[in-house]
Amino acid sequence: MSARTFTRPGMNRLAAVELRKAIDTRAGLWLQIAVGLLTLLAVGVVVAVGNDEDRTLQSVLNVAIQPATLLLPVIGILLVTSEWSQRMALITFALVPQRGRIVVAKILAALGLGVVVYVLCVVLSLLGAAVAGSNDPDRWDLSAALLGGTAIYLLTAMTQGVAFGAAIRSSAPAIVAFFVLPILFALVGEIRPLHDAFGWLDLTRTMDPLANGESLSATEWARVGTSLLLWMVLPLGIGITRLLRGEVRA
Amino acid sequence: MIEAQGLSKRLGGRLVVSDVSLRCEPGTVTGFLGPNGAGKTTTLRMLCGLSHPDAGSATVLGVPYAQLPNPGREVGVLLDAAAQHPGRRGREALAVSAQTMGVSPARVDELLDRVGLERSAARKRVRAYSLGMRQRLGIAHALLGDPRVLILDEPANGLDPEGIRWMRELLRDFADRGGTVLLSSHLLREVEMVADRLVIIANGRIVAAGTRAELLSNVGSTVVQATDAAALGAALSAAGLAAQASGADGAYVVDAEPEAVGRAALDGGVVLTRLGPSESAGLEDLFFDLTSGSDA
Repeated sequence: MSARTFTRPGMNRLAAVELRKAIDTRAGLWLQIAVGLLTLLAVGVVVAVGNDEDRTLQSVLNVAIQPATLLLPVIGILLVTSEWSQRMALITFALVPQRGRIVVAKILAALGLGVVVYVLCVVLSLLGAAVAGSNDPDRWDLSAALLGGTAIYLLTAMTQGVAFGAAIRSSAPAIVAFFVLPILFALVGEIRPLHDAFGWLDLTRTMDPLANGESLSATEWARVGTSLLLWMVLPLGIGITRLLRGEVRA
Repeated sequence: MIEAQGLSKRLGGRLVVSDVSLRCEPGTVTGFLGPNGAGKTTTLRMLCGLSHPDAGSATVLGVPYAQLPNPGREVGVLLDAAAQHPGRRGREALAVSAQTMGVSPARVDELLDRVGLERSAARKRVRAYSLGMRQRLGIAHALLGDPRVLILDEPANGLDPEGIRWMRELLRDFADRGGTVLLSSHLLREVEMVADRLVIIANGRIVAAGTRAELLSNVGSTVVQATDAAALGAALSAAGLAAQASGADGAYVVDAEPEAVGRAALDGGVVLTRLGPSESAGLEDLFFDLTSGSDA
Protein backbone atom coordinates (compact mmCIF):
# COMPACT_ATOMS: atom_id res chain seq x y z
CA MET A 1 0.00 0.00 0.00
CA SER A 2 1.54 3.25 -1.07
CA ALA A 3 2.00 6.16 1.25
CA ARG A 4 -0.75 8.72 0.94
CA THR A 5 -1.10 12.11 2.51
CA PHE A 6 -4.30 13.39 3.98
CA THR A 7 -5.47 16.78 5.07
CA ARG A 8 -7.49 17.61 8.12
CA PRO A 9 -11.21 18.03 7.47
CA GLY A 10 -11.90 21.77 7.34
CA MET A 11 -14.20 23.55 9.77
CA ASN A 12 -16.72 24.17 6.97
CA ARG A 13 -17.01 20.47 6.40
CA LEU A 14 -17.24 19.64 10.11
CA ALA A 15 -19.96 22.24 10.62
CA ALA A 16 -21.87 20.89 7.61
CA VAL A 17 -21.62 17.37 9.07
CA GLU A 18 -22.87 18.55 12.45
CA LEU A 19 -25.77 20.35 10.80
CA ARG A 20 -26.60 17.15 8.97
CA LYS A 21 -26.45 15.20 12.26
CA ALA A 22 -28.80 17.74 13.83
CA ILE A 23 -31.54 17.04 11.34
CA ASP A 24 -31.08 13.52 9.96
CA THR A 25 -32.46 11.61 12.94
CA ARG A 26 -36.06 10.92 13.77
CA ALA A 27 -36.00 13.30 16.76
CA GLY A 28 -34.42 16.06 14.69
CA LEU A 29 -36.94 15.55 11.90
CA TRP A 30 -39.95 15.80 14.24
CA LEU A 31 -38.60 18.89 15.96
CA GLN A 32 -38.31 20.63 12.62
CA ILE A 33 -41.79 19.55 11.62
CA ALA A 34 -43.09 20.81 14.96
CA VAL A 35 -41.35 24.18 14.55
CA GLY A 36 -42.67 24.48 10.99
CA LEU A 37 -46.26 23.60 11.86
CA LEU A 38 -46.36 25.80 14.97
CA THR A 39 -44.92 28.73 13.04
CA LEU A 40 -47.49 28.30 10.27
CA LEU A 41 -50.22 28.01 12.87
CA ALA A 42 -49.08 31.10 14.79
CA VAL A 43 -48.83 33.21 11.64
CA GLY A 44 -52.13 31.81 10.38
CA VAL A 45 -53.95 32.71 13.58
CA VAL A 46 -52.60 36.28 13.61
CA VAL A 47 -53.47 36.79 9.96
CA ALA A 48 -56.92 35.28 10.36
CA VAL A 49 -58.17 36.82 13.55
CA GLY A 50 -55.84 39.72 14.43
CA ASN A 51 -56.92 43.36 14.22
CA ASP A 52 -55.17 45.83 11.93
CA GLU A 53 -52.48 46.51 14.52
CA ASP A 54 -51.73 42.80 14.97
CA ARG A 55 -51.41 42.22 11.26
CA THR A 56 -48.49 44.52 10.63
CA LEU A 57 -45.25 42.91 9.46
CA GLN A 58 -43.57 43.79 12.73
CA SER A 59 -46.24 42.12 14.79
CA VAL A 60 -46.47 39.05 12.56
CA LEU A 61 -42.71 38.55 12.72
CA ASN A 62 -42.80 38.87 16.47
CA VAL A 63 -45.26 35.98 16.61
CA ALA A 64 -43.60 33.95 13.84
CA ILE A 65 -40.29 33.56 15.61
CA GLN A 66 -41.77 32.38 18.91
CA PRO A 67 -41.99 28.65 18.09
CA ALA A 68 -38.43 28.69 16.76
CA THR A 69 -36.97 30.44 19.80
CA LEU A 70 -38.80 28.02 22.05
CA LEU A 71 -38.10 24.72 20.28
CA LEU A 72 -35.02 25.17 18.10
CA PRO A 73 -32.59 25.28 21.07
CA VAL A 74 -33.71 21.72 21.80
CA ILE A 75 -32.03 20.73 18.52
CA GLY A 76 -28.92 22.49 19.84
CA ILE A 77 -29.16 20.49 23.07
CA LEU A 78 -29.69 17.16 21.28
CA LEU A 79 -26.85 17.95 18.91
CA VAL A 80 -24.48 17.55 21.87
CA THR A 81 -26.31 15.17 24.19
CA SER A 82 -26.90 12.61 21.43
CA GLU A 83 -23.13 12.16 21.24
CA TRP A 84 -23.35 10.72 24.74
CA SER A 85 -26.86 9.37 25.15
CA GLN A 86 -26.97 7.89 21.65
CA ARG A 87 -23.35 6.81 21.96
CA MET A 88 -22.08 8.69 18.93
CA ALA A 89 -19.03 10.07 20.72
CA LEU A 90 -16.82 7.04 20.05
CA ILE A 91 -17.24 7.54 16.31
CA THR A 92 -17.19 11.33 16.30
CA PHE A 93 -14.00 11.72 18.31
CA ALA A 94 -12.26 8.79 16.65
CA LEU A 95 -12.73 10.61 13.33
CA VAL A 96 -11.87 14.06 14.76
CA PRO A 97 -9.56 13.70 17.75
CA GLN A 98 -9.35 17.47 18.29
CA ARG A 99 -12.43 17.56 20.49
CA GLY A 100 -12.59 21.34 20.70
CA ARG A 101 -13.09 21.51 16.94
CA ILE A 102 -16.22 19.42 17.26
CA VAL A 103 -17.64 21.87 19.83
CA VAL A 104 -16.92 24.78 17.50
CA ALA A 105 -18.50 22.86 14.61
CA LYS A 106 -21.60 22.17 16.68
CA ILE A 107 -21.98 25.83 17.64
CA LEU A 108 -21.56 26.85 13.99
CA ALA A 109 -24.12 24.24 12.95
CA ALA A 110 -26.60 25.47 15.57
CA LEU A 111 -26.07 29.08 14.46
CA GLY A 112 -26.39 28.10 10.81
CA LEU A 113 -29.65 26.31 11.49
CA GLY A 114 -30.83 29.34 13.47
CA VAL A 115 -30.05 31.71 10.59
CA VAL A 116 -31.85 29.51 8.04
CA VAL A 117 -34.93 29.20 10.24
CA TYR A 118 -34.85 32.91 11.01
CA VAL A 119 -34.78 33.82 7.32
CA LEU A 120 -37.68 31.44 6.71
CA CYS A 121 -39.60 33.15 9.54
CA VAL A 122 -39.01 36.56 7.97
CA VAL A 123 -40.15 35.31 4.55
CA LEU A 124 -43.22 33.70 6.08
CA SER A 125 -43.98 36.92 7.96
CA LEU A 126 -43.74 38.94 4.74
CA LEU A 127 -46.17 36.53 3.09
CA GLY A 128 -48.43 36.62 6.13
CA ALA A 129 -48.47 40.41 6.24
CA ALA A 130 -49.18 40.57 2.50
CA VAL A 131 -52.09 38.15 2.83
CA ALA A 132 -53.38 39.92 5.94
CA GLY A 133 -53.57 43.27 4.13
CA SER A 134 -53.73 45.32 7.32
CA ASN A 135 -55.01 48.89 6.98
CA ASP A 136 -52.49 50.10 9.55
CA PRO A 137 -50.32 52.85 7.92
CA ASP A 138 -47.19 51.28 9.49
CA ARG A 139 -47.98 47.82 8.20
CA TRP A 140 -44.74 47.35 6.27
CA ASP A 141 -42.49 49.00 8.84
CA LEU A 142 -39.75 46.76 10.08
CA SER A 143 -37.23 48.29 12.45
CA ALA A 144 -33.62 47.21 12.33
CA ALA A 145 -33.85 46.92 16.10
CA LEU A 146 -36.55 44.25 15.85
CA LEU A 147 -34.78 42.36 13.09
CA GLY A 148 -31.45 42.45 14.88
CA GLY A 149 -32.90 41.95 18.34
CA THR A 150 -34.97 38.90 17.45
CA ALA A 151 -32.08 37.41 15.49
CA ILE A 152 -29.74 37.82 18.46
CA TYR A 153 -32.42 36.35 20.69
CA LEU A 154 -32.77 33.23 18.55
CA LEU A 155 -29.05 32.74 17.93
CA THR A 156 -28.03 33.12 21.57
CA ALA A 157 -30.78 30.67 22.50
CA MET A 158 -29.32 28.17 20.01
CA THR A 159 -25.83 28.59 21.45
CA GLN A 160 -27.27 28.29 24.93
CA GLY A 161 -28.82 24.98 23.89
CA VAL A 162 -25.44 23.66 22.75
CA ALA A 163 -23.90 24.93 26.01
CA PHE A 164 -26.50 23.20 28.20
CA GLY A 165 -26.10 20.01 26.19
CA ALA A 166 -22.32 20.14 26.58
CA ALA A 167 -22.47 20.78 30.33
CA ILE A 168 -25.15 18.21 31.19
CA ARG A 169 -24.64 15.59 28.42
CA SER A 170 -27.92 13.82 29.04
CA SER A 171 -30.88 14.79 26.86
CA ALA A 172 -33.83 14.89 29.27
CA PRO A 173 -32.04 16.58 32.18
CA ALA A 174 -30.49 19.12 29.80
CA ILE A 175 -33.85 19.98 28.24
CA VAL A 176 -35.55 20.24 31.63
CA ALA A 177 -32.72 22.41 32.96
CA PHE A 178 -32.89 24.61 29.87
CA PHE A 179 -36.59 25.36 30.42
CA VAL A 180 -37.01 25.09 34.18
CA LEU A 181 -33.87 26.74 35.57
CA PRO A 182 -34.70 30.18 34.09
CA ILE A 183 -38.19 30.00 35.63
CA LEU A 184 -36.85 29.05 39.06
CA PHE A 185 -34.22 31.74 38.71
CA ALA A 186 -36.84 34.35 37.87
CA LEU A 187 -38.88 33.31 40.91
CA VAL A 188 -35.87 33.70 43.18
CA GLY A 189 -35.32 37.09 41.54
CA GLU A 190 -38.71 38.19 42.81
CA ILE A 191 -37.32 38.22 46.33
CA ARG A 192 -37.06 41.94 47.04
CA PRO A 193 -33.38 42.26 48.07
CA LEU A 194 -32.29 40.22 45.05
CA HIS A 195 -34.48 41.92 42.49
CA ASP A 196 -31.97 44.54 41.31
CA ALA A 197 -29.02 42.17 41.12
CA PHE A 198 -31.09 39.67 39.14
CA GLY A 199 -31.78 42.42 36.64
CA TRP A 200 -28.20 41.72 35.55
CA LEU A 201 -28.45 37.94 35.65
CA ASP A 202 -31.98 36.93 34.69
CA LEU A 203 -31.74 36.23 30.96
CA THR A 204 -35.49 36.46 30.48
CA ARG A 205 -35.49 39.99 31.84
CA THR A 206 -32.32 41.20 30.11
CA MET A 207 -33.34 39.78 26.71
CA ASP A 208 -36.88 41.10 26.85
CA PRO A 209 -36.12 44.49 25.23
CA LEU A 210 -34.21 42.72 22.42
CA ALA A 211 -37.10 40.40 21.68
CA ASN A 212 -39.47 43.35 21.60
CA GLY A 213 -37.35 45.25 19.12
CA GLU A 214 -36.46 48.12 21.46
CA SER A 215 -33.22 50.03 21.06
CA LEU A 216 -30.98 49.10 23.96
CA SER A 217 -29.01 51.49 26.12
CA ALA A 218 -25.41 50.77 27.02
CA THR A 219 -26.53 49.56 30.44
CA GLU A 220 -29.08 47.25 28.90
CA TRP A 221 -26.44 45.78 26.60
CA ALA A 222 -24.22 45.26 29.63
CA ARG A 223 -27.09 43.43 31.33
CA VAL A 224 -27.49 41.22 28.27
CA GLY A 225 -23.75 40.51 28.41
CA THR A 226 -23.61 39.60 32.10
CA SER A 227 -26.66 37.35 31.91
CA LEU A 228 -25.23 35.58 28.84
CA LEU A 229 -22.02 34.99 30.78
CA LEU A 230 -24.05 33.09 33.34
CA TRP A 231 -26.43 31.22 31.04
CA MET A 232 -24.33 30.65 27.92
CA VAL A 233 -20.61 31.10 28.55
CA LEU A 234 -20.48 29.34 31.92
CA PRO A 235 -22.22 26.12 30.86
CA LEU A 236 -20.22 26.12 27.63
CA GLY A 237 -17.00 26.47 29.64
CA ILE A 238 -18.03 23.62 31.94
CA GLY A 239 -18.92 21.45 28.94
CA ILE A 240 -15.67 22.11 27.07
CA THR A 241 -13.55 21.51 30.17
CA ARG A 242 -15.31 18.19 30.81
CA LEU A 243 -14.84 17.20 27.19
CA LEU A 244 -11.16 18.11 26.86
CA ARG A 245 -10.10 16.60 30.18
CA GLY A 246 -12.32 13.58 30.30
CA GLU A 247 -12.49 10.16 28.80
CA VAL A 248 -14.62 9.61 25.75
CA ARG A 249 -16.90 6.84 26.89
CA ALA A 250 -20.22 6.07 25.44
CA MET B 1 1.74 -0.56 12.26
CA ILE B 2 0.53 -0.14 15.84
CA GLU B 3 2.91 0.31 18.73
CA ALA B 4 2.18 0.75 22.43
CA GLN B 5 4.78 1.27 25.12
CA GLY B 6 4.01 0.81 28.80
CA LEU B 7 0.40 1.98 28.69
CA SER B 8 -1.20 2.32 32.10
CA LYS B 9 -4.60 3.66 33.05
CA ARG B 10 -6.37 4.06 36.36
CA LEU B 11 -10.15 4.46 36.23
CA GLY B 12 -12.29 4.96 39.29
CA GLY B 13 -9.34 4.19 41.57
CA ARG B 14 -8.73 0.82 39.91
CA LEU B 15 -5.66 0.08 37.80
CA VAL B 16 -7.47 -1.09 34.66
CA VAL B 17 -4.45 -1.28 32.37
CA SER B 18 -0.95 -1.77 33.68
CA ASP B 19 2.24 -1.43 31.65
CA VAL B 20 0.80 -2.77 28.42
CA SER B 21 3.15 -2.87 25.44
CA LEU B 22 2.33 -4.36 22.09
CA ARG B 23 3.38 -4.16 18.49
CA CYS B 24 1.37 -5.05 15.41
CA GLU B 25 3.19 -5.30 12.09
CA PRO B 26 1.77 -4.62 8.63
CA GLY B 27 0.56 -7.79 6.96
CA THR B 28 -0.45 -9.44 10.21
CA VAL B 29 -3.55 -10.02 12.26
CA THR B 30 -3.05 -9.69 16.01
CA GLY B 31 -5.63 -11.20 18.34
CA PHE B 32 -5.99 -9.34 21.62
CA LEU B 33 -7.41 -11.89 24.00
CA GLY B 34 -8.63 -11.69 27.53
CA PRO B 35 -11.67 -12.22 29.70
CA ASN B 36 -14.28 -9.49 29.97
CA GLY B 37 -12.98 -6.68 32.15
CA ALA B 38 -9.32 -7.54 31.54
CA GLY B 39 -8.55 -4.10 30.08
CA LYS B 40 -8.88 -4.78 26.34
CA THR B 41 -11.33 -1.99 25.58
CA THR B 42 -9.49 0.59 27.67
CA THR B 43 -6.25 -0.31 25.89
CA LEU B 44 -7.88 0.02 22.45
CA ARG B 45 -9.39 3.38 23.46
CA MET B 46 -5.97 4.64 24.48
CA LEU B 47 -4.62 3.56 21.07
CA CYS B 48 -7.35 5.68 19.44
CA GLY B 49 -6.82 8.80 21.52
CA LEU B 50 -10.20 8.49 23.23
CA SER B 51 -8.61 7.88 26.60
CA HIS B 52 -5.45 9.56 27.89
CA PRO B 53 -2.98 7.08 29.40
CA ASP B 54 -1.64 7.86 32.88
CA ALA B 55 1.68 6.48 31.72
CA GLY B 56 3.14 5.20 28.47
CA SER B 57 2.43 6.13 24.89
CA ALA B 58 1.08 4.67 21.70
CA THR B 59 1.49 5.33 18.01
CA VAL B 60 -0.41 4.23 14.95
CA LEU B 61 1.46 4.41 11.63
CA GLY B 62 4.29 6.04 13.52
CA VAL B 63 2.43 8.95 15.12
CA PRO B 64 0.10 9.33 18.08
CA TYR B 65 -3.43 8.66 16.81
CA ALA B 66 -4.67 12.15 17.65
CA GLN B 67 -2.00 13.63 15.41
CA LEU B 68 -3.19 11.80 12.30
CA PRO B 69 -4.62 14.58 10.13
CA ASN B 70 -7.63 12.58 8.98
CA PRO B 71 -7.63 9.41 11.09
CA GLY B 72 -10.61 7.80 9.34
CA ARG B 73 -8.60 7.57 6.11
CA GLU B 74 -5.76 5.70 7.76
CA VAL B 75 -7.20 3.75 10.67
CA GLY B 76 -10.53 1.93 10.68
CA VAL B 77 -11.92 1.82 14.19
CA LEU B 78 -14.82 -0.23 15.56
CA LEU B 79 -14.97 0.06 19.33
CA ASP B 80 -18.63 -0.70 19.94
CA ALA B 81 -21.07 -1.75 17.27
CA ALA B 82 -23.97 -0.72 19.49
CA ALA B 83 -22.64 2.84 19.54
CA GLN B 84 -24.74 4.22 16.70
CA HIS B 85 -27.64 6.64 16.86
CA PRO B 86 -30.72 4.36 16.84
CA GLY B 87 -32.80 7.04 15.09
CA ARG B 88 -30.47 7.30 12.10
CA ARG B 89 -30.78 5.11 9.03
CA GLY B 90 -27.93 2.67 8.46
CA ARG B 91 -26.91 4.18 5.16
CA GLU B 92 -27.06 7.71 6.60
CA ALA B 93 -24.81 6.67 9.51
CA LEU B 94 -22.13 5.73 6.98
CA ALA B 95 -22.80 8.79 4.82
CA VAL B 96 -22.25 11.14 7.77
CA SER B 97 -18.83 9.64 8.45
CA ALA B 98 -17.98 9.56 4.73
CA GLN B 99 -18.67 13.29 4.62
CA THR B 100 -16.48 13.87 7.70
CA MET B 101 -13.56 12.01 6.13
CA GLY B 102 -14.12 13.47 2.70
CA VAL B 103 -14.83 10.10 1.08
CA SER B 104 -17.10 9.92 -1.95
CA PRO B 105 -20.73 8.96 -1.16
CA ALA B 106 -20.44 6.20 -3.78
CA ARG B 107 -18.11 4.41 -1.40
CA VAL B 108 -21.00 4.04 1.08
CA ASP B 109 -22.96 1.80 -1.29
CA GLU B 110 -19.82 -0.08 -2.21
CA LEU B 111 -19.26 -0.95 1.45
CA LEU B 112 -22.89 -1.80 2.16
CA ASP B 113 -22.52 -4.40 -0.60
CA ARG B 114 -19.19 -5.56 0.72
CA VAL B 115 -20.51 -6.29 4.22
CA GLY B 116 -23.71 -7.80 2.89
CA LEU B 117 -26.19 -5.21 4.12
CA GLU B 118 -28.96 -5.05 1.56
CA ARG B 119 -30.51 -1.80 0.35
CA SER B 120 -33.70 -2.47 2.26
CA ALA B 121 -31.71 -3.02 5.46
CA ALA B 122 -29.61 0.09 4.87
CA ARG B 123 -32.79 2.15 4.63
CA LYS B 124 -33.93 1.00 8.07
CA ARG B 125 -33.13 2.91 11.22
CA VAL B 126 -30.33 1.39 13.27
CA ARG B 127 -32.83 0.83 16.10
CA ALA B 128 -34.26 -2.07 14.08
CA TYR B 129 -30.87 -3.74 13.56
CA SER B 130 -29.82 -6.99 15.20
CA LEU B 131 -26.41 -7.02 16.86
CA GLY B 132 -25.06 -8.94 13.88
CA MET B 133 -26.30 -6.25 11.48
CA ARG B 134 -24.78 -3.56 13.67
CA GLN B 135 -21.46 -5.40 13.56
CA ARG B 136 -21.64 -5.48 9.77
CA LEU B 137 -22.48 -1.78 9.71
CA GLY B 138 -19.59 -1.18 12.11
CA ILE B 139 -17.18 -3.12 9.88
CA ALA B 140 -18.39 -1.14 6.86
CA HIS B 141 -17.80 2.02 8.88
CA ALA B 142 -14.28 0.94 9.77
CA LEU B 143 -13.46 0.18 6.13
CA LEU B 144 -15.08 3.35 4.77
CA GLY B 145 -11.91 5.46 4.57
CA ASP B 146 -9.89 2.66 2.90
CA PRO B 147 -7.54 2.49 5.90
CA ARG B 148 -4.25 0.66 6.30
CA VAL B 149 -4.89 -0.26 9.92
CA LEU B 150 -7.94 -1.82 11.59
CA ILE B 151 -8.63 -1.66 15.32
CA LEU B 152 -11.70 -3.72 16.20
CA ASP B 153 -13.14 -4.41 19.63
CA GLU B 154 -15.06 -7.71 19.84
CA PRO B 155 -16.12 -7.51 16.17
CA ALA B 156 -17.38 -11.09 16.11
CA ASN B 157 -19.78 -10.49 18.98
CA GLY B 158 -23.32 -11.16 17.78
CA LEU B 159 -22.29 -12.60 14.42
CA ASP B 160 -23.59 -16.02 13.46
CA PRO B 161 -21.08 -18.75 12.47
CA GLU B 162 -21.39 -17.79 8.82
CA GLY B 163 -20.75 -14.14 9.77
CA ILE B 164 -17.70 -15.07 11.83
CA ARG B 165 -16.30 -17.01 8.90
CA TRP B 166 -17.00 -14.07 6.58
CA MET B 167 -15.19 -11.67 8.91
CA ARG B 168 -12.25 -14.02 9.28
CA GLU B 169 -11.81 -14.05 5.50
CA LEU B 170 -12.21 -10.29 5.29
CA LEU B 171 -9.54 -9.66 7.93
CA ARG B 172 -7.19 -12.25 6.42
CA ASP B 173 -7.54 -10.60 3.03
CA PHE B 174 -7.00 -7.14 4.54
CA ALA B 175 -3.78 -8.28 6.21
CA ASP B 176 -2.59 -10.19 3.13
CA ARG B 177 -2.79 -6.95 1.16
CA GLY B 178 -0.40 -5.35 3.66
CA GLY B 179 -2.82 -4.04 6.24
CA THR B 180 -2.39 -4.20 10.00
CA VAL B 181 -5.21 -5.70 12.07
CA LEU B 182 -5.69 -5.65 15.83
CA LEU B 183 -8.85 -7.32 17.03
CA SER B 184 -9.94 -8.13 20.53
CA SER B 185 -12.05 -10.98 21.77
CA HIS B 186 -12.84 -12.79 24.97
CA LEU B 187 -13.26 -16.01 23.01
CA LEU B 188 -10.16 -17.85 21.88
CA ARG B 189 -12.11 -19.73 19.21
CA GLU B 190 -13.04 -16.51 17.45
CA VAL B 191 -9.50 -15.31 16.90
CA GLU B 192 -7.20 -18.32 16.90
CA MET B 193 -7.96 -19.24 13.30
CA VAL B 194 -7.28 -15.82 11.87
CA ALA B 195 -4.65 -14.32 14.16
CA ASP B 196 -0.97 -14.56 13.27
CA ARG B 197 -0.04 -13.39 16.73
CA LEU B 198 -1.88 -13.49 20.02
CA VAL B 199 -1.55 -11.05 22.89
CA ILE B 200 -3.20 -12.29 26.06
CA ILE B 201 -4.22 -9.84 28.75
CA ALA B 202 -5.54 -10.55 32.23
CA ASN B 203 -6.19 -8.11 35.04
CA GLY B 204 -4.79 -5.27 32.97
CA ARG B 205 -1.44 -6.93 32.31
CA ILE B 206 -0.07 -8.73 29.27
CA VAL B 207 0.49 -12.31 30.39
CA ALA B 208 1.62 -13.79 27.09
CA ALA B 209 2.34 -12.67 23.54
CA GLY B 210 3.60 -14.37 20.42
CA THR B 211 2.66 -16.62 17.55
CA ARG B 212 0.61 -19.70 18.31
CA ALA B 213 3.71 -21.87 18.02
CA GLU B 214 5.68 -19.62 20.36
CA LEU B 215 2.91 -19.64 22.92
CA LEU B 216 2.66 -23.40 22.75
CA SER B 217 6.39 -24.13 22.63
CA ASN B 218 6.51 -24.93 26.31
CA VAL B 219 3.22 -26.79 26.29
CA GLY B 220 4.20 -29.27 23.55
CA SER B 221 1.75 -32.10 23.71
CA THR B 222 0.59 -34.48 20.99
CA VAL B 223 -2.78 -35.99 20.21
CA VAL B 224 -2.73 -39.51 18.91
CA GLN B 225 -5.42 -42.03 17.99
CA ALA B 226 -5.28 -45.56 16.63
CA THR B 227 -7.60 -48.27 15.36
CA ASP B 228 -6.86 -50.20 18.54
CA ALA B 229 -6.85 -47.89 21.56
CA ALA B 230 -5.64 -50.52 24.04
CA ALA B 231 -2.69 -51.54 21.84
CA LEU B 232 -1.77 -47.88 21.42
CA GLY B 233 -1.84 -47.37 25.20
CA ALA B 234 0.42 -50.35 25.67
CA ALA B 235 2.82 -49.16 22.97
CA LEU B 236 3.05 -45.70 24.56
CA SER B 237 3.77 -47.05 28.04
CA ALA B 238 6.30 -49.52 26.56
CA ALA B 239 8.10 -46.49 25.08
CA GLY B 240 8.01 -44.77 28.46
CA LEU B 241 5.76 -41.92 27.32
CA ALA B 242 3.33 -40.33 29.75
CA ALA B 243 -0.08 -40.62 28.05
CA GLN B 244 -3.53 -39.61 29.10
CA ALA B 245 -6.73 -40.92 27.55
CA SER B 246 -8.71 -37.99 26.22
CA GLY B 247 -12.43 -38.32 25.70
CA ALA B 248 -14.38 -41.40 24.63
CA ASP B 249 -12.90 -41.65 21.13
CA GLY B 250 -9.86 -43.60 22.28
CA ALA B 251 -7.43 -40.73 21.67
CA TYR B 252 -4.47 -40.03 23.95
CA VAL B 253 -2.77 -36.76 24.78
CA VAL B 254 0.95 -37.45 25.13
CA ASP B 255 3.63 -35.27 26.67
CA ALA B 256 6.02 -35.67 23.77
CA GLU B 257 6.79 -34.58 20.23
CA PRO B 258 4.77 -36.24 17.43
CA GLU B 259 7.88 -37.99 16.14
CA ALA B 260 8.50 -39.83 19.45
CA VAL B 261 4.86 -40.85 19.57
CA GLY B 262 4.99 -42.10 15.98
CA ARG B 263 8.05 -44.24 16.71
CA ALA B 264 6.37 -45.73 19.77
CA ALA B 265 3.38 -46.66 17.61
CA LEU B 266 5.67 -48.17 14.96
CA ASP B 267 7.48 -50.25 17.57
CA GLY B 268 4.13 -51.46 18.91
CA GLY B 269 2.79 -52.19 15.43
CA VAL B 270 -0.26 -50.00 15.91
CA VAL B 271 -2.17 -48.43 13.00
CA LEU B 272 -2.54 -44.69 13.66
CA THR B 273 -5.58 -42.78 12.50
CA ARG B 274 -4.51 -39.43 13.91
CA LEU B 275 -1.23 -37.88 15.00
CA GLY B 276 -0.49 -34.19 15.58
CA PRO B 277 0.26 -31.43 18.02
CA SER B 278 -2.70 -30.83 20.30
CA GLU B 279 -2.61 -27.14 19.45
CA SER B 280 -6.16 -26.16 20.01
CA ALA B 281 -6.66 -27.94 23.29
CA GLY B 282 -3.24 -26.76 24.44
CA LEU B 283 -3.95 -23.16 23.55
CA GLU B 284 -7.27 -23.24 25.28
CA ASP B 285 -5.69 -24.66 28.42
CA LEU B 286 -2.96 -22.04 28.24
CA PHE B 287 -5.46 -19.24 27.80
CA PHE B 288 -7.48 -20.53 30.71
CA ASP B 289 -4.43 -20.97 32.95
CA LEU B 290 -3.12 -17.49 32.15
CA THR B 291 -6.39 -15.72 32.69
CA SER B 292 -8.15 -17.80 35.33
CA GLY B 293 -6.65 -15.72 38.11
CA SER B 294 -8.77 -12.80 36.94
CA ASP B 295 -11.84 -11.90 38.90
CA ALA B 296 -13.94 -11.16 35.86
